[in-house]
Amino acid sequence: MSIATQDDQAPTGSGQSDEPMLTYVPARAWGTRAAAVLLSLAVVYFLVSIGGNANFGWSVVGEYLFDARILSGLYLTIWLTIVTMVIGVVLGTIFAVMAMSRNIVISTVADAYIWFFRGTPVLVQLIFWYNLGALFPELSIGIPFTSWGMSVPTNTLISPITAAVLGLGLNEGAYMSEIIRSGLLSVDPGQRQAATSLGMTSRKALWRIVLPQAMPVIIPPTGNQTIGMLKTSSLVSVISLSDLLYSAQTIYSRNFQTIPLLIVACLWYLLATTILSWVQNRIERHFARSRNAST
Amino acid sequence: MMHTPPENRPAMRAPMIVFDRVSKNFGDLPVLRDINLTVSAGEVISLIGPSGSGKSTLLRCVNHLERIESGSITVDGDLIGYRRVGNLAHELPEKLIARQRARIAMVFQNFNLFGHKTALENVMEAPVHVLRIPRKEAEEQAVKLLTRVGLSDKMNNYPRMLSGGQQQRVAIARALAMKPKVILFDEPTSALDPELVGEVLDVMRDLASDGMTMMVVTHEMSFAREVCHRIAFMEGGRIVECGKPAEVLDSPAFERTRAFLSRVQ
Repeated sequence: MSIATQDDQAPTGSGQSDEPMLTYVPARAWGTRAAAVLLSLAVVYFLVSIGGNANFGWSVVGEYLFDARILSGLYLTIWLTIVTMVIGVVLGTIFAVMAMSRNIVISTVADAYIWFFRGTPVLVQLIFWYNLGALFPELSIGIPFTSWGMSVPTNTLISPITAAVLGLGLNEGAYMSEIIRSGLLSVDPGQRQAATSLGMTSRKALWRIVLPQAMPVIIPPTGNQTIGMLKTSSLVSVISLSDLLYSAQTIYSRNFQTIPLLIVACLWYLLATTILSWVQNRIERHFARSRNAST
Repeated sequence: MMHTPPENRPAMRAPMIVFDRVSKNFGDLPVLRDINLTVSAGEVISLIGPSGSGKSTLLRCVNHLERIESGSITVDGDLIGYRRVGNLAHELPEKLIARQRARIAMVFQNFNLFGHKTALENVMEAPVHVLRIPRKEAEEQAVKLLTRVGLSDKMNNYPRMLSGGQQQRVAIARALAMKPKVILFDEPTSALDPELVGEVLDVMRDLASDGMTMMVVTHEMSFAREVCHRIAFMEGGRIVECGKPAEVLDSPAFERTRAFLSRVQ
Protein backbone atom coordinates (compact mmCIF):
# COMPACT_ATOMS: atom_id res chain seq x y z
CA MET A 1 0.00 0.00 0.00
CA SER A 2 1.10 3.56 -0.63
CA ILE A 3 1.28 6.16 2.08
CA ALA A 4 -2.09 7.79 2.68
CA THR A 5 -2.27 11.45 1.78
CA GLN A 6 -4.39 14.00 3.57
CA ASP A 7 -7.19 13.68 1.00
CA ASP A 8 -7.41 9.93 1.55
CA GLN A 9 -7.73 10.27 5.28
CA ALA A 10 -10.60 12.72 5.31
CA PRO A 11 -13.61 11.50 3.32
CA THR A 12 -16.12 13.34 5.53
CA GLY A 13 -16.25 16.36 7.81
CA SER A 14 -13.33 18.60 6.97
CA GLY A 15 -13.91 19.18 3.26
CA GLN A 16 -13.10 22.14 1.05
CA SER A 17 -15.95 24.25 2.45
CA ASP A 18 -18.23 24.48 5.46
CA GLU A 19 -21.41 23.84 3.41
CA PRO A 20 -23.63 20.97 4.73
CA MET A 21 -23.41 17.70 2.71
CA LEU A 22 -25.91 17.42 -0.15
CA THR A 23 -28.79 14.95 -0.10
CA TYR A 24 -29.61 13.74 -3.61
CA VAL A 25 -33.23 13.41 -4.71
CA PRO A 26 -33.84 11.35 -7.89
CA ALA A 27 -35.94 13.02 -10.56
CA ARG A 28 -39.58 11.95 -10.40
CA ALA A 29 -41.10 10.96 -13.71
CA TRP A 30 -44.59 12.36 -13.18
CA GLY A 31 -45.74 11.60 -16.70
CA THR A 32 -44.76 7.92 -16.37
CA ARG A 33 -46.54 7.66 -13.03
CA ALA A 34 -49.72 9.21 -14.37
CA ALA A 35 -49.65 6.80 -17.30
CA ALA A 36 -49.19 3.85 -14.94
CA VAL A 37 -52.18 4.91 -12.84
CA LEU A 38 -54.38 5.34 -15.90
CA LEU A 39 -53.28 2.01 -17.27
CA SER A 40 -54.06 0.23 -13.98
CA LEU A 41 -57.52 1.73 -13.96
CA ALA A 42 -58.07 0.61 -17.55
CA VAL A 43 -56.94 -2.93 -16.74
CA VAL A 44 -59.19 -3.15 -13.68
CA TYR A 45 -62.16 -1.82 -15.66
CA PHE A 46 -61.44 -4.31 -18.43
CA LEU A 47 -61.26 -7.27 -16.02
CA VAL A 48 -64.40 -6.22 -14.18
CA SER A 49 -66.35 -5.76 -17.40
CA ILE A 50 -65.30 -9.22 -18.57
CA GLY A 51 -65.87 -10.91 -15.24
CA GLY A 52 -69.20 -9.24 -14.68
CA ASN A 53 -70.54 -9.91 -18.15
CA ALA A 54 -72.91 -12.87 -17.96
CA ASN A 55 -72.60 -13.41 -21.74
CA PHE A 56 -69.11 -14.77 -21.22
CA GLY A 57 -70.70 -17.66 -19.34
CA TRP A 58 -68.00 -18.17 -16.76
CA SER A 59 -69.98 -20.92 -15.06
CA VAL A 60 -70.10 -22.81 -18.36
CA VAL A 61 -66.36 -22.32 -18.70
CA GLY A 62 -65.87 -23.92 -15.30
CA GLU A 63 -68.19 -26.74 -16.21
CA TYR A 64 -66.31 -27.71 -19.36
CA LEU A 65 -62.74 -26.83 -18.37
CA PHE A 66 -62.02 -30.41 -17.28
CA ASP A 67 -64.50 -32.13 -19.59
CA ALA A 68 -63.14 -35.47 -20.79
CA ARG A 69 -63.56 -34.49 -24.45
CA ILE A 70 -61.66 -31.25 -23.93
CA LEU A 71 -58.86 -33.05 -22.10
CA SER A 72 -58.52 -35.70 -24.79
CA GLY A 73 -58.49 -32.89 -27.37
CA LEU A 74 -55.75 -31.18 -25.37
CA TYR A 75 -53.83 -34.43 -25.28
CA LEU A 76 -54.05 -34.76 -29.08
CA THR A 77 -52.95 -31.15 -29.55
CA ILE A 78 -49.89 -31.68 -27.38
CA TRP A 79 -49.14 -35.01 -29.02
CA LEU A 80 -49.42 -33.44 -32.49
CA THR A 81 -47.17 -30.54 -31.45
CA ILE A 82 -44.47 -32.85 -30.14
CA VAL A 83 -44.59 -35.30 -33.05
CA THR A 84 -44.64 -32.65 -35.77
CA MET A 85 -41.87 -30.65 -34.10
CA VAL A 86 -39.70 -33.76 -33.88
CA ILE A 87 -40.36 -34.46 -37.56
CA GLY A 88 -39.72 -30.79 -38.32
CA VAL A 89 -36.38 -30.76 -36.51
CA VAL A 90 -35.22 -34.01 -38.12
CA LEU A 91 -36.29 -32.94 -41.62
CA GLY A 92 -34.98 -29.43 -40.97
CA THR A 93 -31.54 -30.73 -40.01
CA ILE A 94 -31.39 -33.01 -43.04
CA PHE A 95 -32.49 -30.30 -45.45
CA ALA A 96 -30.26 -27.66 -43.84
CA VAL A 97 -27.23 -29.88 -44.37
CA MET A 98 -28.43 -30.70 -47.89
CA ALA A 99 -28.95 -27.02 -48.71
CA MET A 100 -25.32 -26.37 -47.75
CA SER A 101 -24.03 -29.22 -49.90
CA ARG A 102 -21.59 -28.43 -52.68
CA ASN A 103 -23.44 -30.84 -54.96
CA ILE A 104 -25.85 -28.73 -56.97
CA VAL A 105 -28.54 -31.41 -57.29
CA ILE A 106 -28.64 -32.02 -53.55
CA SER A 107 -28.74 -28.34 -52.64
CA THR A 108 -31.35 -27.58 -55.31
CA VAL A 109 -33.65 -30.34 -54.06
CA ALA A 110 -33.38 -28.89 -50.55
CA ASP A 111 -34.02 -25.35 -51.82
CA ALA A 112 -37.04 -26.54 -53.80
CA TYR A 113 -38.49 -28.30 -50.75
CA ILE A 114 -38.08 -25.19 -48.63
CA TRP A 115 -39.49 -23.01 -51.41
CA PHE A 116 -42.56 -25.18 -51.89
CA PHE A 117 -43.54 -25.79 -48.28
CA ARG A 118 -42.90 -22.24 -47.15
CA GLY A 119 -44.67 -20.90 -50.21
CA THR A 120 -48.01 -22.63 -49.77
CA PRO A 121 -50.47 -22.22 -46.88
CA VAL A 122 -50.24 -25.04 -44.36
CA LEU A 123 -54.05 -25.19 -44.31
CA VAL A 124 -54.00 -26.04 -48.02
CA GLN A 125 -51.27 -28.61 -47.45
CA LEU A 126 -53.37 -30.31 -44.77
CA ILE A 127 -56.41 -30.58 -47.02
CA PHE A 128 -54.16 -31.72 -49.84
CA TRP A 129 -52.67 -34.57 -47.82
CA TYR A 130 -56.11 -35.50 -46.56
CA ASN A 131 -57.32 -35.83 -50.14
CA LEU A 132 -54.24 -37.57 -51.45
CA GLY A 133 -56.42 -40.54 -52.34
CA ALA A 134 -57.96 -38.50 -55.15
CA LEU A 135 -54.56 -38.08 -56.80
CA PHE A 136 -53.01 -41.44 -56.06
CA PRO A 137 -55.76 -43.98 -55.36
CA GLU A 138 -53.13 -46.55 -54.43
CA LEU A 139 -49.77 -46.18 -52.79
CA SER A 140 -47.19 -48.83 -53.46
CA ILE A 141 -43.79 -49.79 -52.18
CA GLY A 142 -41.45 -51.49 -54.61
CA ILE A 143 -38.86 -50.96 -57.28
CA PRO A 144 -40.09 -48.34 -59.75
CA PHE A 145 -40.97 -49.56 -63.26
CA THR A 146 -40.96 -53.21 -62.20
CA SER A 147 -43.76 -55.43 -60.96
CA TRP A 148 -42.01 -56.14 -57.69
CA GLY A 149 -43.62 -54.59 -54.63
CA MET A 150 -46.96 -54.17 -52.88
CA SER A 151 -49.65 -51.54 -52.81
CA VAL A 152 -52.42 -50.33 -50.51
CA PRO A 153 -55.39 -48.06 -51.10
CA THR A 154 -54.32 -44.52 -50.14
CA ASN A 155 -57.39 -43.88 -48.02
CA THR A 156 -56.58 -46.69 -45.61
CA LEU A 157 -53.06 -45.34 -45.18
CA ILE A 158 -53.81 -41.62 -44.99
CA SER A 159 -56.09 -41.25 -41.99
CA PRO A 160 -56.80 -37.75 -40.69
CA ILE A 161 -53.98 -38.23 -38.19
CA THR A 162 -51.37 -39.20 -40.81
CA ALA A 163 -52.52 -36.34 -43.01
CA ALA A 164 -52.10 -33.97 -40.06
CA VAL A 165 -48.67 -35.31 -39.14
CA LEU A 166 -47.49 -35.22 -42.76
CA GLY A 167 -48.91 -31.78 -43.46
CA LEU A 168 -47.71 -30.07 -40.32
CA GLY A 169 -44.39 -31.99 -40.15
CA LEU A 170 -43.35 -31.32 -43.73
CA ASN A 171 -44.30 -27.68 -43.44
CA GLU A 172 -42.42 -27.35 -40.17
CA GLY A 173 -39.37 -29.05 -41.68
CA ALA A 174 -39.08 -26.24 -44.21
CA TYR A 175 -39.10 -23.55 -41.54
CA MET A 176 -36.83 -25.49 -39.21
CA SER A 177 -34.32 -26.05 -41.99
CA GLU A 178 -33.91 -22.29 -42.40
CA ILE A 179 -33.49 -21.89 -38.64
CA ILE A 180 -30.94 -24.70 -38.41
CA ARG A 181 -29.09 -23.45 -41.47
CA SER A 182 -28.70 -19.99 -39.95
CA GLY A 183 -27.46 -21.67 -36.77
CA LEU A 184 -24.88 -23.71 -38.65
CA LEU A 185 -23.73 -20.63 -40.53
CA SER A 186 -23.28 -18.77 -37.25
CA VAL A 187 -20.48 -21.15 -36.21
CA ASP A 188 -17.03 -20.01 -37.26
CA PRO A 189 -15.73 -22.16 -40.16
CA GLY A 190 -12.49 -22.51 -38.19
CA GLN A 191 -14.31 -24.86 -35.80
CA ARG A 192 -15.03 -27.33 -38.56
CA GLN A 193 -11.46 -27.02 -39.83
CA ALA A 194 -10.02 -27.68 -36.41
CA ALA A 195 -12.27 -30.72 -36.02
CA THR A 196 -11.33 -32.00 -39.46
CA SER A 197 -7.64 -31.53 -38.86
CA LEU A 198 -7.98 -33.57 -35.66
CA GLY A 199 -9.17 -36.47 -37.79
CA MET A 200 -12.94 -36.13 -37.43
CA THR A 201 -15.12 -37.01 -40.38
CA SER A 202 -17.42 -34.21 -41.46
CA ARG A 203 -20.39 -36.00 -39.90
CA LYS A 204 -18.64 -36.28 -36.57
CA ALA A 205 -17.53 -32.65 -36.77
CA LEU A 206 -21.13 -31.64 -37.43
CA TRP A 207 -22.55 -33.60 -34.49
CA ARG A 208 -19.87 -33.03 -31.92
CA ILE A 209 -18.52 -29.59 -32.74
CA VAL A 210 -20.71 -27.51 -35.06
CA LEU A 211 -24.29 -28.37 -34.02
CA PRO A 212 -23.76 -27.96 -30.25
CA GLN A 213 -22.35 -24.50 -30.89
CA ALA A 214 -25.20 -23.64 -33.24
CA MET A 215 -27.73 -24.44 -30.49
CA PRO A 216 -27.76 -20.99 -28.84
CA VAL A 217 -28.78 -19.57 -32.22
CA ILE A 218 -31.20 -22.40 -33.07
CA ILE A 219 -33.11 -22.71 -29.79
CA PRO A 220 -34.91 -19.36 -29.40
CA PRO A 221 -36.59 -19.47 -32.82
CA THR A 222 -37.28 -23.20 -32.36
CA GLY A 223 -39.09 -22.39 -29.12
CA ASN A 224 -41.08 -19.83 -31.07
CA GLN A 225 -41.91 -22.42 -33.71
CA THR A 226 -43.04 -24.90 -31.04
CA ILE A 227 -45.36 -22.37 -29.49
CA GLY A 228 -46.56 -21.46 -32.95
CA MET A 229 -47.12 -25.12 -33.77
CA LEU A 230 -49.23 -25.64 -30.65
CA LYS A 231 -51.67 -23.12 -32.07
CA THR A 232 -51.19 -23.92 -35.77
CA SER A 233 -52.15 -27.50 -34.99
CA SER A 234 -55.70 -26.19 -34.42
CA LEU A 235 -55.94 -26.10 -38.23
CA VAL A 236 -56.37 -29.87 -38.18
CA SER A 237 -59.97 -29.25 -37.13
CA VAL A 238 -60.65 -28.77 -40.87
CA ILE A 239 -59.85 -32.43 -41.48
CA SER A 240 -62.08 -33.35 -38.49
CA LEU A 241 -59.34 -34.42 -36.17
CA SER A 242 -60.40 -34.06 -32.53
CA ASP A 243 -57.75 -31.69 -31.26
CA LEU A 244 -58.42 -29.15 -28.54
CA LEU A 245 -60.22 -26.65 -30.79
CA TYR A 246 -62.23 -29.29 -32.66
CA SER A 247 -63.38 -30.81 -29.34
CA ALA A 248 -64.58 -27.41 -28.19
CA GLN A 249 -66.34 -26.91 -31.52
CA THR A 250 -68.03 -30.30 -31.27
CA ILE A 251 -69.41 -29.40 -27.87
CA TYR A 252 -70.66 -25.93 -28.77
CA SER A 253 -72.25 -27.15 -31.98
CA ARG A 254 -74.64 -29.06 -29.72
CA ASN A 255 -75.15 -26.68 -26.79
CA PHE A 256 -74.50 -23.36 -28.62
CA GLN A 257 -72.22 -22.11 -25.79
CA THR A 258 -69.73 -20.90 -28.39
CA ILE A 259 -67.88 -18.22 -26.44
CA PRO A 260 -67.44 -20.15 -23.14
CA LEU A 261 -66.06 -23.17 -24.97
CA LEU A 262 -63.66 -21.06 -27.01
CA ILE A 263 -62.51 -19.55 -23.70
CA VAL A 264 -61.98 -23.07 -22.35
CA ALA A 265 -59.80 -23.86 -25.36
CA CYS A 266 -57.90 -20.57 -25.02
CA LEU A 267 -57.20 -21.16 -21.33
CA TRP A 268 -55.61 -24.52 -22.16
CA TYR A 269 -53.64 -23.06 -25.07
CA LEU A 270 -52.39 -20.30 -22.78
CA LEU A 271 -51.36 -22.75 -20.07
CA ALA A 272 -49.53 -24.94 -22.58
CA THR A 273 -47.66 -22.04 -24.21
CA THR A 274 -46.71 -20.70 -20.78
CA ILE A 275 -45.19 -24.05 -19.85
CA LEU A 276 -43.41 -24.24 -23.22
CA SER A 277 -41.93 -20.76 -22.75
CA TRP A 278 -40.62 -21.80 -19.36
CA VAL A 279 -39.06 -24.97 -20.82
CA GLN A 280 -37.50 -22.93 -23.63
CA ASN A 281 -36.02 -20.58 -21.07
CA ARG A 282 -34.42 -23.47 -19.19
CA ILE A 283 -32.95 -24.99 -22.34
CA GLU A 284 -31.54 -21.63 -23.42
CA ARG A 285 -29.84 -21.23 -20.08
CA HIS A 286 -28.38 -24.71 -20.36
CA PHE A 287 -26.77 -23.94 -23.71
CA ALA A 288 -25.64 -20.48 -22.66
CA ARG A 289 -23.46 -22.15 -20.00
CA SER A 290 -20.21 -22.08 -21.97
CA ARG A 291 -20.95 -18.62 -23.31
CA ASN A 292 -21.02 -16.72 -20.06
CA ALA A 293 -19.79 -19.15 -17.46
CA SER A 294 -18.03 -17.22 -14.74
CA THR A 295 -15.99 -19.82 -12.91
CA MET B 1 14.96 -22.43 -21.40
CA MET B 2 16.33 -25.87 -22.18
CA HIS B 3 17.02 -25.34 -25.79
CA THR B 4 19.67 -27.00 -27.88
CA PRO B 5 20.99 -24.77 -30.63
CA PRO B 6 20.45 -26.27 -34.09
CA GLU B 7 24.10 -27.14 -34.77
CA ASN B 8 24.42 -29.27 -31.62
CA ARG B 9 21.51 -31.50 -32.44
CA PRO B 10 21.82 -35.12 -33.51
CA ALA B 11 21.98 -35.72 -37.22
CA MET B 12 18.67 -35.60 -39.06
CA ARG B 13 16.80 -38.82 -39.51
CA ALA B 14 14.61 -40.15 -42.29
CA PRO B 15 12.50 -37.85 -44.46
CA MET B 16 9.16 -37.10 -42.79
CA ILE B 17 7.34 -34.79 -45.20
CA VAL B 18 8.18 -34.90 -48.89
CA PHE B 19 6.74 -32.44 -51.40
CA ASP B 20 7.38 -33.64 -54.93
CA ARG B 21 6.62 -31.23 -57.78
CA VAL B 22 3.53 -29.89 -56.00
CA SER B 23 1.34 -27.40 -57.86
CA LYS B 24 -2.06 -25.92 -57.14
CA ASN B 25 -4.32 -23.26 -58.63
CA PHE B 26 -7.24 -21.31 -57.28
CA GLY B 27 -9.21 -21.04 -60.51
CA ASP B 28 -6.81 -19.47 -62.97
CA LEU B 29 -4.47 -18.23 -60.27
CA PRO B 30 -1.50 -20.49 -59.55
CA VAL B 31 -0.88 -20.53 -55.79
CA LEU B 32 1.74 -23.26 -55.60
CA ARG B 33 4.21 -23.85 -58.41
CA ASP B 34 6.47 -26.85 -58.58
CA ILE B 35 7.25 -27.12 -54.87
CA ASN B 36 10.01 -29.59 -54.01
CA LEU B 37 10.93 -29.86 -50.37
CA THR B 38 11.90 -32.57 -47.94
CA VAL B 39 11.41 -32.10 -44.21
CA SER B 40 13.32 -34.62 -42.12
CA ALA B 41 12.01 -36.27 -38.98
CA GLY B 42 12.74 -34.00 -36.04
CA GLU B 43 13.35 -31.00 -38.24
CA VAL B 44 11.83 -27.59 -37.61
CA ILE B 45 11.34 -25.59 -40.77
CA SER B 46 9.74 -22.20 -41.04
CA LEU B 47 8.03 -20.80 -44.08
CA ILE B 48 8.37 -17.07 -44.53
CA GLY B 49 7.32 -14.74 -47.27
CA PRO B 50 4.86 -11.99 -48.18
CA SER B 51 1.14 -12.61 -47.75
CA GLY B 52 -0.36 -14.41 -50.71
CA SER B 53 2.90 -16.21 -51.39
CA GLY B 54 1.31 -19.62 -50.74
CA LYS B 55 2.84 -20.46 -47.33
CA SER B 56 -0.44 -21.22 -45.58
CA THR B 57 -1.81 -23.03 -48.62
CA LEU B 58 1.28 -25.24 -48.72
CA LEU B 59 0.76 -26.06 -45.05
CA ARG B 60 -2.92 -26.84 -45.56
CA CYS B 61 -2.08 -29.24 -48.39
CA VAL B 62 -0.08 -31.39 -45.99
CA ASN B 63 -3.25 -32.55 -44.23
CA HIS B 64 -5.39 -32.37 -47.35
CA LEU B 65 -7.45 -29.43 -46.16
CA GLU B 66 -6.60 -28.21 -49.67
CA ARG B 67 -6.29 -30.44 -52.71
CA ILE B 68 -3.20 -30.27 -54.87
CA GLU B 69 -3.50 -30.40 -58.64
CA SER B 70 -0.26 -32.11 -59.49
CA GLY B 71 2.72 -33.65 -57.77
CA SER B 72 2.52 -35.50 -54.50
CA ILE B 73 2.91 -35.03 -50.76
CA THR B 74 3.90 -37.90 -48.50
CA VAL B 75 4.07 -37.88 -44.73
CA ASP B 76 6.11 -40.67 -43.17
CA GLY B 77 5.88 -42.54 -46.47
CA ASP B 78 2.07 -42.27 -46.82
CA LEU B 79 0.74 -40.52 -49.89
CA ILE B 80 -1.59 -37.85 -48.50
CA GLY B 81 -5.22 -37.90 -49.62
CA TYR B 82 -4.77 -40.44 -52.40
CA ARG B 83 -4.21 -44.09 -53.11
CA ARG B 84 -1.77 -44.81 -55.85
CA VAL B 85 -2.65 -47.36 -58.52
CA GLY B 86 0.00 -47.38 -61.22
CA ASN B 87 0.14 -43.77 -62.39
CA LEU B 88 -3.33 -42.93 -61.12
CA ALA B 89 -4.00 -41.36 -57.75
CA HIS B 90 -7.50 -42.11 -56.50
CA GLU B 91 -8.74 -39.75 -53.81
CA LEU B 92 -9.22 -41.65 -50.57
CA PRO B 93 -12.63 -41.97 -48.93
CA GLU B 94 -13.23 -39.43 -46.16
CA LYS B 95 -12.65 -41.95 -43.38
CA LEU B 96 -9.16 -42.80 -44.55
CA ILE B 97 -8.23 -39.16 -45.07
CA ALA B 98 -9.48 -38.48 -41.55
CA ARG B 99 -7.23 -41.28 -40.30
CA GLN B 100 -4.22 -39.65 -41.99
CA ARG B 101 -5.13 -36.25 -40.56
CA ALA B 102 -5.36 -37.66 -37.06
CA ARG B 103 -1.55 -37.96 -37.01
CA ILE B 104 -0.86 -34.61 -38.68
CA ALA B 105 -1.70 -31.95 -36.15
CA MET B 106 -2.42 -28.35 -37.02
CA VAL B 107 -2.31 -25.19 -34.93
CA PHE B 108 -4.25 -22.24 -36.33
CA GLN B 109 -3.77 -18.51 -36.27
CA ASN B 110 -7.13 -18.02 -34.55
CA PHE B 111 -6.68 -20.99 -32.18
CA ASN B 112 -10.05 -22.50 -33.17
CA LEU B 113 -10.60 -24.04 -29.76
CA PHE B 114 -14.02 -25.65 -29.41
CA GLY B 115 -16.02 -22.92 -27.72
CA HIS B 116 -18.50 -25.22 -26.00
CA LYS B 117 -15.81 -27.27 -24.28
CA THR B 118 -13.42 -26.51 -21.45
CA ALA B 119 -9.67 -26.53 -21.98
CA LEU B 120 -9.52 -30.08 -20.64
CA GLU B 121 -12.41 -31.23 -22.84
CA ASN B 122 -10.79 -29.60 -25.86
CA VAL B 123 -7.65 -31.66 -25.34
CA MET B 124 -9.64 -34.86 -24.63
CA GLU B 125 -12.12 -34.56 -27.49
CA ALA B 126 -10.21 -36.10 -30.37
CA PRO B 127 -8.33 -38.78 -28.39
CA VAL B 128 -11.66 -40.04 -27.04
CA HIS B 129 -13.82 -39.65 -30.14
CA VAL B 130 -11.29 -40.20 -32.92
CA LEU B 131 -8.60 -42.45 -31.46
CA ARG B 132 -11.11 -44.17 -29.13
CA ILE B 133 -8.83 -43.97 -26.12
CA PRO B 134 -10.66 -44.71 -22.84
CA ARG B 135 -11.94 -41.52 -21.22
CA LYS B 136 -9.92 -41.89 -18.07
CA GLU B 137 -6.67 -42.42 -19.91
CA ALA B 138 -7.40 -39.45 -22.20
CA GLU B 139 -8.09 -37.27 -19.21
CA GLU B 140 -4.83 -38.20 -17.50
CA GLN B 141 -2.97 -37.44 -20.71
CA ALA B 142 -4.80 -34.13 -21.14
CA VAL B 143 -3.93 -33.08 -17.60
CA LYS B 144 -0.28 -33.87 -18.28
CA LEU B 145 -0.24 -31.94 -21.53
CA LEU B 146 -1.97 -28.90 -20.09
CA THR B 147 0.50 -28.94 -17.22
CA ARG B 148 3.31 -29.13 -19.74
CA VAL B 149 2.10 -25.97 -21.48
CA GLY B 150 1.73 -24.28 -18.09
CA LEU B 151 -2.06 -24.30 -17.79
CA SER B 152 -2.70 -26.73 -14.94
CA ASP B 153 -4.80 -24.05 -13.21
CA LYS B 154 -6.96 -23.28 -16.27
CA MET B 155 -8.12 -26.77 -17.18
CA ASN B 156 -11.79 -26.18 -16.44
CA ASN B 157 -11.98 -22.82 -18.13
CA TYR B 158 -13.88 -22.29 -21.34
CA PRO B 159 -11.85 -20.76 -24.20
CA ARG B 160 -13.52 -17.38 -23.97
CA MET B 161 -12.25 -17.04 -20.42
CA LEU B 162 -8.65 -17.49 -21.55
CA SER B 163 -6.23 -14.98 -23.03
CA GLY B 164 -5.06 -15.46 -26.61
CA GLY B 165 -1.74 -16.86 -25.47
CA GLN B 166 -3.44 -19.32 -23.14
CA GLN B 167 -5.86 -20.36 -25.88
CA GLN B 168 -3.01 -21.03 -28.27
CA ARG B 169 -1.22 -23.11 -25.63
CA VAL B 170 -4.38 -25.18 -25.15
CA ALA B 171 -4.50 -25.59 -28.95
CA ILE B 172 -0.93 -26.90 -28.90
CA ALA B 173 -1.78 -29.32 -26.08
CA ARG B 174 -4.80 -30.44 -28.13
CA ALA B 175 -2.50 -31.07 -31.09
CA LEU B 176 -0.03 -33.01 -28.95
CA ALA B 177 -2.79 -35.20 -27.54
CA MET B 178 -3.03 -36.90 -30.94
CA LYS B 179 0.62 -37.99 -30.66
CA PRO B 180 1.22 -36.48 -34.09
CA LYS B 181 4.07 -37.31 -36.44
CA VAL B 182 4.12 -33.69 -37.53
CA ILE B 183 2.70 -30.42 -36.27
CA LEU B 184 1.79 -27.69 -38.74
CA PHE B 185 1.71 -24.17 -37.30
CA ASP B 186 -0.20 -21.61 -39.36
CA GLU B 187 0.93 -18.21 -38.09
CA PRO B 188 0.49 -19.30 -34.46
CA THR B 189 1.36 -15.93 -32.95
CA SER B 190 -0.10 -13.51 -35.51
CA ALA B 191 -3.38 -13.01 -33.66
CA LEU B 192 -1.74 -12.45 -30.28
CA ASP B 193 -1.04 -9.27 -28.36
CA PRO B 194 2.72 -8.64 -28.43
CA GLU B 195 3.21 -9.45 -24.76
CA LEU B 196 1.60 -12.88 -25.21
CA VAL B 197 3.75 -14.02 -28.13
CA GLY B 198 6.60 -15.14 -25.91
CA GLU B 199 4.66 -17.74 -23.92
CA VAL B 200 3.54 -19.49 -27.10
CA LEU B 201 7.02 -19.42 -28.66
CA ASP B 202 8.43 -20.89 -25.42
CA VAL B 203 6.12 -23.89 -25.76
CA MET B 204 7.10 -24.31 -29.43
CA ARG B 205 10.78 -24.08 -28.53
CA ASP B 206 10.23 -26.80 -25.98
CA LEU B 207 8.62 -29.03 -28.62
CA ALA B 208 11.47 -28.36 -31.04
CA SER B 209 14.08 -29.44 -28.54
CA ASP B 210 11.99 -32.55 -27.93
CA GLY B 211 12.50 -33.55 -31.53
CA MET B 212 9.01 -32.84 -32.90
CA THR B 213 8.83 -32.36 -36.66
CA MET B 214 7.35 -28.94 -37.21
CA MET B 215 6.44 -26.73 -40.16
CA VAL B 216 5.87 -23.18 -39.02
CA VAL B 217 4.44 -20.36 -41.10
CA THR B 218 5.57 -17.32 -39.19
CA HIS B 219 6.51 -13.67 -39.21
CA GLU B 220 8.63 -14.07 -36.07
CA MET B 221 12.09 -13.79 -37.58
CA SER B 222 13.87 -14.14 -34.25
CA PHE B 223 12.02 -17.39 -33.58
CA ALA B 224 12.85 -18.62 -37.09
CA ARG B 225 16.51 -17.79 -36.58
CA GLU B 226 16.81 -19.24 -33.13
CA VAL B 227 14.73 -22.41 -33.26
CA CYS B 228 14.39 -23.50 -36.87
CA HIS B 229 16.85 -25.70 -38.67
CA ARG B 230 15.92 -24.30 -42.02
CA ILE B 231 13.95 -21.40 -43.40
CA ALA B 232 12.13 -21.52 -46.72
CA PHE B 233 11.35 -18.19 -48.32
CA MET B 234 8.29 -18.29 -50.56
CA GLU B 235 7.02 -15.83 -53.09
CA GLY B 236 4.44 -16.16 -55.87
CA GLY B 237 3.79 -19.80 -55.03
CA ARG B 238 7.43 -20.87 -55.31
CA ILE B 239 10.11 -21.62 -52.79
CA VAL B 240 12.62 -18.97 -53.79
CA GLU B 241 15.31 -20.17 -51.46
CA CYS B 242 15.70 -22.54 -48.58
CA GLY B 243 18.59 -22.99 -46.20
CA LYS B 244 19.97 -22.56 -42.71
CA PRO B 245 18.56 -19.53 -40.89
CA ALA B 246 21.84 -17.67 -40.92
CA GLU B 247 22.23 -18.16 -44.66
CA VAL B 248 18.72 -17.11 -45.61
CA LEU B 249 18.36 -14.27 -43.12
CA ASP B 250 21.87 -12.81 -43.19
CA SER B 251 23.10 -13.47 -46.69
CA PRO B 252 20.12 -14.21 -48.91
CA ALA B 253 21.08 -15.34 -52.38
CA PHE B 254 18.17 -13.63 -54.09
CA GLU B 255 17.19 -10.01 -54.37
CA ARG B 256 13.54 -10.80 -53.65
CA THR B 257 14.43 -12.42 -50.34
CA ARG B 258 16.58 -9.43 -49.45
CA ALA B 259 13.75 -7.03 -50.29
CA PHE B 260 11.26 -8.98 -48.15
CA LEU B 261 13.64 -9.23 -45.20
CA SER B 262 14.41 -5.53 -45.27
CA ARG B 263 10.69 -4.87 -44.98
CA VAL B 264 10.04 -7.15 -42.00
CA GLN B 265 13.21 -6.75 -39.98
